[in-house]
Amino acid sequence: MSFKIQYKEFGANALLIEWPDIIEEAVLSDIQNFGNRIGSEISEIEIIPSYNSLTIVDYHPKRTLKDLRKRAEEIYTAFKDQKKQPYTLWRIPVCYDPKFGIDLQRLAETKGLSTEEVIKLHTEAVYSIYCIGFLPGFMYLGGLAEILHTPRLNAPRLNIPRGAVGIGGNQTGVYPQDSPGGWNIIGNSPVRLFDTNRESPCSIRTGDKVQFYSVSLPEYRVLEIEVNASVFEMEKTEMND
Amino acid sequence: MIEVIKPGFYSSVQDMGRFGYRQFGVPVSGAMDMTALNAANFLLGNDEKDAALEITMTGPLLRFHSDTFIVITGACMEAKLNDTDLENNVVYRVRTKDELRFGRLRKGFRSYLGIKGGIQIEKVLESRSFYKNISPNAMIATGDKLPIKTLDDAEPEKKVIWSDDYLDKTEIEVYPGPEYHQLNDKQLEKLFSREFTIAKENNRMAYQLEEQIQEHPFSLLTSAALPGTVQLTSSGKLIILMRDGQTTGGYPRILQLSEKGISTLAQKKTFDKIELKLKLIS
Repeated sequence: MSFKIQYKEFGANALLIEWPDIIEEAVLSDIQNFGNRIGSEISEIEIIPSYNSLTIVDYHPKRTLKDLRKRAEEIYTAFKDQKKQPYTLWRIPVCYDPKFGIDLQRLAETKGLSTEEVIKLHTEAVYSIYCIGFLPGFMYLGGLAEILHTPRLNAPRLNIPRGAVGIGGNQTGVYPQDSPGGWNIIGNSPVRLFDTNRESPCSIRTGDKVQFYSVSLPEYRVLEIEVNASVFEMEKTEMND
Repeated sequence: MIEVIKPGFYSSVQDMGRFGYRQFGVPVSGAMDMTALNAANFLLGNDEKDAALEITMTGPLLRFHSDTFIVITGACMEAKLNDTDLENNVVYRVRTKDELRFGRLRKGFRSYLGIKGGIQIEKVLESRSFYKNISPNAMIATGDKLPIKTLDDAEPEKKVIWSDDYLDKTEIEVYPGPEYHQLNDKQLEKLFSREFTIAKENNRMAYQLEEQIQEHPFSLLTSAALPGTVQLTSSGKLIILMRDGQTTGGYPRILQLSEKGISTLAQKKTFDKIELKLKLIS
């Protein structure tokens, strides 16, 4: 895959690389691929991938942005015929019980669906992680069934609990920490998407995929205990398609 | 060890920041006024990566339980070590049982209390910088004990005159941001021809400005934002992201503050005035 990409200076110490302004798996894969190469070939940098962009923050005291751009261009040209990147498919448990899914009933009613149908649609889809941002471990997911697209609340709630699963516009996701938020809350996941107590605090990466599966309230309680005891491991499959 | 007797308004331990975790949504954090942190570490002969206490507006009351050396940089606040008035940018010897009390804020907004050898709290993700949900605390509280090294040997030899002139500066240095080209002539004229007022919405995450410029129809697919990124909301409001700012955003990034610009802005408080000064990357 090879796209027409643009390089822009982002202040004095960062280079922004932009792909066409579209939400597409091929773009995501190309960004991942490029980001991995850059990460392994250029030292003293930090990369921030997102939907259609890759930002390289340069920590090298002597290197100029022009030099950095030249290196990046060489790397992109050298691998342009690479095939699709391998990724990890994560399975994330969600309890859609009304105890957690405080907006589920209302959301279902406005769509003319039963809550079971909403849960089925939400768990059937395989979502792509286009970006991790906003909060540590917050995934921007693409792939929500169109019928579930729901506007954000008019006034954001002051405190959404950690693990809350919500729908906002055409996006769905999990709040990784307690935070204010305006999404419609349909459930809660006991998993910790970001945990500084783990050796690798965030296992998921931009470019990975996510599928939710429904658990009952008693199952949720068991998982919660496992998570708190740090013995729970998220189900994952390495994919090469 | 330093014991916190009274915490003051908002003080947090900060070093140069947390690097390499932005792809997971973790902000960089670190000293808001990096110039002042660097000065503190330099004057004490510390490593540049050592952590200091960032003190915002109203300072704490601290009791030392170890001998050490300290220096205060950044904003000018009244400070007394027991009964002695302290000056900024001068290294002082501190003995066990000494008390350090901060008083009235005179100039600037954030002071840095540098400690010889740095504050020794445990690192989280390779940094000692406080940040909610990453470090155990977001700010210091009464009864906290901040570990430090005991040092009673020779006084640090660095004796340089450090200028605080930048605390009075209103000019904030900016580069064009990635979406600078979306600005029309009217917006550009407004941006660079007048003073802006710091809104009351200002903290370690972001500074909002009171005055708005013309609204616009542009939005952005979520993309990286950096400390110092100036975002333009669709209604024309200007939001300047700071050290704890979110790692990504969806508003056009019209300008980017230089490192010096971020440090200068970090010393501004509600109702202070600033001017944006465009600089091209050479």
